Amino acid sequence: MIIKNNTIVDDDWSVLRLNESDTPQTIVVPSGKVIVPLKVWLAQRDALQQRAELGVWLASDERAEDLRNDLEKFSVIAVDFPRFADGRGYSIAYHLRSRLGYRGELRAIGDVLRDQMFYMQRVGFDAFAPCVDKDINAALKGLSDFSLSYQASSDQPSPLFRRVARGGVL
Amino acid sequence: MYRYDTFDHQITAERVAQFRDQVRRRLSGELAEEEFRILRLQNGLYMQIHAYMLRIAVPYGLVSAAQLRMFAHIARKYDRGYGHFTTRQNLQFNWLKLQDAPDILADLASVEMHANQTSGNCIRNITCDEFAGVAQDEIVDPRPYAEILRQWSTFHPEFAYLPRKFKISMTGATEDRAAIAVHDIGLSVVKNAQGEVGFRVLVGGGLGRTPIIGAEICDFVPWQHAITYLESIVRVYNEYGRRDNMFKARIKILVKALGIEEFKRQVEADWAFTKNGPCTITPEELQRVAAYFSAPAYEQLPKDNVAVAALQCDNKAFANWMRRNVKAHKVPGYAAVVLSLKKTGIAPGDATAEQLDAAAELAERFSFGELRITHMQNLVLADVRQSDLIDLWQAAKSLGMATPNIGLLTDIICCPGGDFCSLANARSIPLAKAIAERFDNIDFQHDIGEIELNMSGCMNACGHHHVGHIGILGVDKDGTEWNQVSIGGAQGNTASLGKVIGRSFTFAQIPEVIARLLQVYVRERFADERFIDTVRRIGLEPFKDFVYATPVEEDAKLAGAEYALLEKGTPYDTPYYSPRF
Repeated sequence: MIIKNNTIVDDDWSVLRLNESDTPQTIVVPSGKVIVPLKVWLAQRDALQQRAELGVWLASDERAEDLRNDLEKFSVIAVDFPRFADGRGYSIAYHLRSRLGYRGELRAIGDVLRDQMFYMQRVGFDAFAPCVDKDINAALKGLSDFSLSYQASSDQPSPLFRRVARGGVL
Repeated sequence: MYRYDTFDHQITAERVAQFRDQVRRRLSGELAEEEFRILRLQNGLYMQIHAYMLRIAVPYGLVSAAQLRMFAHIARKYDRGYGHFTTRQNLQFNWLKLQDAPDILADLASVEMHANQTSGNCIRNITCDEFAGVAQDEIVDPRPYAEILRQWSTFHPEFAYLPRKFKISMTGATEDRAAIAVHDIGLSVVKNAQGEVGFRVLVGGGLGRTPIIGAEICDFVPWQHAITYLESIVRVYNEYGRRDNMFKARIKILVKALGIEEFKRQVEADWAFTKNGPCTITPEELQRVAAYFSAPAYEQLPKDNVAVAALQCDNKAFANWMRRNVKAHKVPGYAAVVLSLKKTGIAPGDATAEQLDAAAELAERFSFGELRITHMQNLVLADVRQSDLIDLWQAAKSLGMATPNIGLLTDIICCPGGDFCSLANARSIPLAKAIAERFDNIDFQHDIGEIELNMSGCMNACGHHHVGHIGILGVDKDGTEWNQVSIGGAQGNTASLGKVIGRSFTFAQIPEVIARLLQVYVRERFADERFIDTVRRIGLEPFKDFVYATPVEEDAKLAGAEYALLEKGTPYDTPYYSPRF
């Protein structure tokens, strides 16, 4: 189960992760709906792009820019949070949405917790795979912590001062 | 000052509700401490030796009488009757219970205050010149920009989990009173040749383990682009700042590694996407915010006051106070007054609930109901009629806030140190007390003149020891406390980092070490040269030679219980223990 577009839905994608002994060139990508690491995509793109459905995921030290010319090839792009305190994934998502114009599913994977999901949603994630040991119904609540934000991001191109009539000196 | 509109109120209320739920989940065990820790830090809540500490944001150091009274209320209701003002113009309470924190935040929200992002690896409270709006050397009042940037940085979704904390400071005057060179970003508001307002932007300054003076990334960013330009700096840092070693994670390390030119290139490449975009600040928004900082209703007053001048001749204590604690004001007949929180025997920067209430009353009586908190840990009444100075002096004296020591030896910057802080190697507050007692004689202090003595209990440098004319740093040697002494540091326009004079000293040796440093200064000073100027002129060696020439005796009375650690133990029974126990 994942959260997608504010709803809990079944999910039939699997995330491929490399073990220490695997190399991006030689690892066998299973059939079906697989989200492959960026490195595997780059190493095996000729074979992988024949697939009907494919996903790719970025590690927190990888760059959205590397997918610039391939965005339409994926049904889902995921960003991995190795630890919830690693905030690079937020800028990766921002780049994908705001700079590269990616409009497909953008999924947060890894150490994804309720209390970070509001910010994740703002920078452009629309799908969340919360940690399996957490209650996904509780996690869903994290998306509505705030109803209002000061600054612009992927979800909201304008800052508050351009969106509403702010109060002034009486 | 800035007042919340319905949107500010709503965002603040939603934050309180969010944190209330997070605390509930922590207390029920649903949320593990390692998950909760970062959430509480972003709400200003630390776990210290005795209890939880809450750091309340005072945006750019500006506070109203009503807000000060709320501090007093919190001190009485939830704490032990006092609070501590910090070098980042915030207020800390040291004896709180976790379960009270949501109610405290709700109380704060009722007076338009919060503790958002006062800790954690996010953009912290923005600090500002404490004399903003009244300083004679001011070019542009920086506070409207500081407020606009406060809103931009509050709950910024992309920058809540940066590699490390991120501090911004701002000045609009020719003299830098906001220590902008030792912040992650330092901004000085300037006008260009056409008279347009913009920012000179410094980046990568900081204290801590690796003190560095900030480098200029841009000499003029037009004010309209402040948000987009800063956002690009923080974005490049978020993407490329080191995360493998927390001691190398501040932006200064990234700027140093890339070089300022390459860093600037990356920032401006990112900025190209957003420059002139929707985050460009509009004249309407600037005007809206600036209107809150328009000058109060000043009266037309004579430039000088006869009664004040007369009392200055007759009363030495008043004359001393006028000399040290009263600052020039841009409006004739007015003055800015510093209320000293550095009375000998009191922890530097501490104020009791009674003092907080009384200071609120002074602000209402004498200064349009507002105060400022200085990064030197004192309070400022910024708009006092000169004709009120005598009354104010008497009132402040009776409250213990008129010590005429601003900018002098006992105006010590001091972190909470080993008595409270779980990071400290050494005790700062008792050492400040010992030093203040040794040099309590105000005539001696006035003779020594302007000098800044800064103390930090550990290398995180909350007490800004690197930029003290004399800096004291608590170090740990095999589990015992030692103190390293440096000289030659300075903040402001000619910021510099102090140099360590040699091997460390025990707690009880420090007052004598300082006495020896001052003896060299008195021997070597030329005319009315300040301590720092003498150090710069003659260098470190004469000081070092004299301090280490003969063994430094320990002051026997400093071994007494009075100077020992505060009473240990938590004031309440909860399972959420401090790391020390």
